[in-house]
Amino acid sequence: MLDSTLVYGFLAGLLPLSWIAYRIGRGKAAGFEKTAALHSRPEMHGWYVVATTALPSMLALLISLLLHASKIREVPSTVLIAALFVLTAGGFYLGVRALSPTLRARNRVETLAEWLLIAASFVSILTTVGIVLSIVFEAVHFFQLVGFWNFLTGTSWNPDTAFLEGAGRSGEESAKPEFGSVPVFAGTFLITFIALAVAVPIGLFSAIYLSEYASYSFRQIVKPVLEILAGIPTVVYGFFAAITVSPLIVEIVGFFGAEASYTNALSPGIVMGIMIIPLVSSLSDDVINSVPQSLREGSLALGMTVSETAKKVILPAALPGIVAAVLLAMSRAIGETMIVVMAAGLDANLTLNPLEGVTTVTVRIVDSLTGDQEFDSPATLSAYGLGFVLLVVTLVLNVVSSVVVRRFRERYE
Amino acid sequence: MESSVINERRKQKRLARERRFRFYGISAIVLAISFLVFFFTDIIRKGYKAFAVTEIRSEIVYSGDAMEIPQLAFQEDVREFVSYSVARMIPSDLERDPSLMGKSVVKWVTASDEVDQYAKGSVTRLDQDEQRMIDDLKRQGRLRLSFNTQFFAGGDSKLAEVAGIFSAVVGSLYVIALTVLFSVPIGVMSALYLQEFAPDNFLTRLIEVNISNLAAIPSIIFGLLGLSIFINFFGVPRSSALAGGLTLALMTLPVIIISTRASLGAVPDSIRHGAYAVGTSKLQMVLHHLLPLSMPGITTGTIIGVARALGETAPLLIVGMMAYIPDVPSGITEAATVLPAQIYTWSSASQRAFVEKTAAGIMVLLVVMLLLNATAIWLRRKYEIKW
Repeated sequence: MLDSTLVYGFLAGLLPLSWIAYRIGRGKAAGFEKTAALHSRPEMHGWYVVATTALPSMLALLISLLLHASKIREVPSTVLIAALFVLTAGGFYLGVRALSPTLRARNRVETLAEWLLIAASFVSILTTVGIVLSIVFEAVHFFQLVGFWNFLTGTSWNPDTAFLEGAGRSGEESAKPEFGSVPVFAGTFLITFIALAVAVPIGLFSAIYLSEYASYSFRQIVKPVLEILAGIPTVVYGFFAAITVSPLIVEIVGFFGAEASYTNALSPGIVMGIMIIPLVSSLSDDVINSVPQSLREGSLALGMTVSETAKKVILPAALPGIVAAVLLAMSRAIGETMIVVMAAGLDANLTLNPLEGVTTVTVRIVDSLTGDQEFDSPATLSAYGLGFVLLVVTLVLNVVSSVVVRRFRERYE
Repeated sequence: MESSVINERRKQKRLARERRFRFYGISAIVLAISFLVFFFTDIIRKGYKAFAVTEIRSEIVYSGDAMEIPQLAFQEDVREFVSYSVARMIPSDLERDPSLMGKSVVKWVTASDEVDQYAKGSVTRLDQDEQRMIDDLKRQGRLRLSFNTQFFAGGDSKLAEVAGIFSAVVGSLYVIALTVLFSVPIGVMSALYLQEFAPDNFLTRLIEVNISNLAAIPSIIFGLLGLSIFINFFGVPRSSALAGGLTLALMTLPVIIISTRASLGAVPDSIRHGAYAVGTSKLQMVLHHLLPLSMPGITTGTIIGVARALGETAPLLIVGMMAYIPDVPSGITEAATVLPAQIYTWSSASQRAFVEKTAAGIMVLLVVMLLLNATAIWLRRKYEIKW
């Protein structure tokens, strides 16, 4: 890190300097106004001086930070400080000198402001680029070490001995680390499936009831109450799943003479399902409400009951939207982390039995990045391999669901 | 005649189906709400006890022996029951103030977590004899429950009876402040550009699609981003509030952009035209008219984004904010932890006493989040302009 006190000190000093620059610029322009007509208001001249004072040095600081971080070139602190002072003072001097009654200060300031806005909206692009680059870069590194095909088709996930290799102690009577992701994905899909099996019926039925049967005041009360479920932090759900639901399931299953693991897949699945009920219900509610009223009235006019209308007219019409809602819920469930970290297992177990412990992609990511391991060990890098798959799967689900929703909207507009 | 009977029967069947369908609907809602009720009562039942702490009245004798074995300073019958957090202070007290030597005081001191659990009627590892001794203390009036200020004023500790949330709360405040500092200006600015300035071209559409995708990316992916960009590339210290704040800022950005765009879009064009008609420039129209008018919407969106960031844990675990932090972090580059991460660490601690700490931490977190969301709703009700 660059000398951080230098950075903070400079930024802190820039604020009062900008204020002074604004006052001086505005004052000088107000002086012109006594003798000549100004093109721009004095305030704009003030802002103009602020821009010429602060921007060049901030740009220089940003560039030197980037140079420093990418290790291309180190700028010595003394040189940087000197450069910042020269840029600030020079910018101020030139800015004040440029002020004149005919200066198109407003136009310049506004163009600059628009560029600032453009720069701000590029931050989100940069975020995406950052996500893709950082994950793809490390994932490729991981796949080179392990082999993409082994990763995708292997049925045994056992990375714990990888750190021995990292420490140069490979072959010391330990099993070879294995990175077969099939059981990890199987566990993810098992838990996701359980979550959807809870959330889709409950969410869909509540949405139908709320839009077709419920009175206005009932809706006004119930909808926000359901939304609370979505607002509860996931770490809280995780605690609830691990401390309350898991033992409960073990007890109930034990009562019927079977045996369940304390890290069973059922408990995080059910709790995750509860969490995404509002997602399913509010999205389905939206699409059900956007089915034209005329379809509903036509059906009722033919003598159909409300439930027949719902089942035979509204649901088929709203089906694409509901599918989209389920896809979105699925993507949320796949990417959900804390519930499974706290309540699901760590061992990659290839099973379809929801009473056994399984692990998920997100659990493995957290597990491999929170230890004290070498960053370059395949065990750590495996997080990026898994993250890459997670990113691709959730992106595909989101894109498909938004395309489906758009098609659906267009049909009824 | 025949056919009307058949029809009547068919009608009855259809009506029964109708009632059943309606019943499924209402039971789905009842089920969802009863989950919620069960959940809240369960957390409260587990956590409310952590707001009280057990104290024991004991004479403390400062002697040379206590310098060596601090437990010896306490009366014999409570020695095993006093928290080590009290005992370990005795030698340092003596070093700081040598005049204490040989004196004695009678004080209420914090009991150990097992005593605390037993006194509150929870499961404990104390054996029969020890339980009887504590019952005796209670009968003598030397055992009491008092309000647990340490829980709110203290940092994390390995000793459950003195573990508190204060350092985690301060960490959360740092992280949230940084999140707001970075995400609100950038978010509002990019929403302004996209809604008011941007031409409808390929690039603009790319940015829009990109933002809606970012909003749906799992939070843990943002953790991976924070780890490799901020920590490994820019060299931000691991576990620091700065790393966490930057990561959460990127995660909150889409929320703020989307809600700001929605409230800008709700301002009718007549406002824009009116502003232009009196001769404003585009920037003046935006700054003097649009922004003030859409401020309630922007604030509401920001609060909702902040509430979500406040409860977020997964990306912060990845950037290392789950360290053991007994003291309040003194700056944004110091190692820190946040309240949800503290809850996570406690939930994986082995002592039973941490279960109630975890639940109590959850209660605090939920109260803060409910307050934030209630504020957002209140702001919307009070200031929202219906066009």
